[in-house]
Amino acid sequence: MKQRPGTSDLPQEVELTIPIMENMEVTATQTAEAVAHFLDFDTEQIDEVKHALIEACINAFEHSQTEDNKVYIRFVLSPADLTVVIRDFGQGFDQAGVPKPDIHAKVVGKDDYKRGWGLMLIESLMDSVDILSGPQGTQLTMIKLRQKGGSR
Amino acid sequence: MINQFSVSVRQEGDVAVLSTDGYVNHAGGEKVSEAAGELISKGVHKLVINLEGSTVVNSIGISILIEIIEKIQDLEGAIAFCGMTRTIAKTFTIMGLGQFARMADSEQDAILAIR
Repeated sequence: MKQRPGTSDLPQEVELTIPIMENMEVTATQTAEAVAHFLDFDTEQIDEVKHALIEACINAFEHSQTEDNKVYIRFVLSPADLTVVIRDFGQGFDQAGVPKPDIHAKVVGKDDYKRGWGLMLIESLMDSVDILSGPQGTQLTMIKLRQKGGSR
Repeated sequence: MINQFSVSVRQEGDVAVLSTDGYVNHAGGEKVSEAAGELISKGVHKLVINLEGSTVVNSIGISILIEIIEKIQDLEGAIAFCGMTRTIAKTFTIMGLGQFARMADSEQDAILAIR
């Protein structure tokens, strides 16, 4: 992690609030790219964080039904990792009720619903993912380690 | 934010190459689907989708690409992807697209893979 004048060893945070609007997830990835660069992540790590963030934002956009029409993103930079917290104040969801997508069923099995890949992708692209969801909304916390080889 | 997505099409024998430029989201995926649909209606059942101009995708856009794969499967055609970033290639692998589509580094390799 780069040391900047006036900074300490304490974790540094960047907060971003985005409206639920078409393609606004791309704006969030620009911030993700900047903070990941700050942590000296390589191009592939940055790309994986960006794609995971896109999926997390899209899930919030599509499923939260939040009344304030906003998604809150917090980037926590530490020497060991980058933590990204995506929060909405919507209706929440039952994680156990999310079916695991199956490409075979979607292509050959004639499953008309081709979507539902977001959580699987987030979990595969990041090193750890934690979801808290309930009637007050959903908070997805995902971590990318600085040291490579942690991701699956 | 406007997503300036475009797709260009060229044919090389019985294979059509669709080259994308921009974010493969819902709108981008639909554009690829329209172009593929036109080719399929003309009897072209071998498609290469070159994603070299697309460094960002989302799962909605990919789900539309899965619909194209399904159509090609139904017609007993063949489809290949090339020009993907490492993360997009990883994403396709996670989703299992390699079971139904060929993955290649270069456009020429992709064409050869399905010819």
